[in-house]
Amino acid sequence: MSDKATIVVHSGDMDKLYSALIIGNGALAMGMEATLYFTFWGLLRLTKGGLEKGPLSKMHMLGMGKRMIKQRMAKQNVASLERLMKDFKELGGKIIACEMTMEIMGVKASDLNEELIDTYGAVGTYIQESRNAALTLFI
Amino acid sequence: MAELKVDVRGETCPVPLVEMRKALRKAAQGDIIEIIGTHPASKKEIPMAAEALSVKILSDEQLGNEWKIVLQK
Repeated sequence: MSDKATIVVHSGDMDKLYSALIIGNGALAMGMEATLYFTFWGLLRLTKGGLEKGPLSKMHMLGMGKRMIKQRMAKQNVASLERLMKDFKELGGKIIACEMTMEIMGVKASDLNEELIDTYGAVGTYIQESRNAALTLFI
Repeated sequence: MAELKVDVRGETCPVPLVEMRKALRKAAQGDIIEIIGTHPASKKEIPMAAEALSVKILSDEQLGNEWKIVLQK
């Protein structure tokens, strides 16, 4: 087993993106490798300007819940998703974009934040990344 | 031998760990990294990370609600 964490980011919800990026950054900070595989609703968060656009997974209430949580997060000085993504890349984290999702949703590579993406791939890429991973999660 | 200072006072999870890792990556072998912060869980977790990364912990102290951890790469 290698010291690697791989995470499938299936959800596009803001709170779940936080979980994925915090765990990814934690793994990198503690000396593991980390790979995030963005698929389905998660992939939409890689579109230009899309990172912070996700709804809350619960009590979104047409955006009211999200606004409240964001206020509380700001009060506790929680890092933005933009910052967590920047840190993830700076510490050597890898991002894979799901090609099938791109086809289904009509998302072109030029619609995505291409500078964040290391590889475009499908299930085989994820399995190959995860084959020897000590930790793998589906979020 | 250089001494790097990381001030993560007021920062919360996972920023103290991330900033520690960034500093360690920048540091050369033998450099000293001093981290000061207030996030309680990070006080426990930075030494855990240091151990996982085979980095020496020179000191680890609590001063009121602030803590200071000194590492050597």
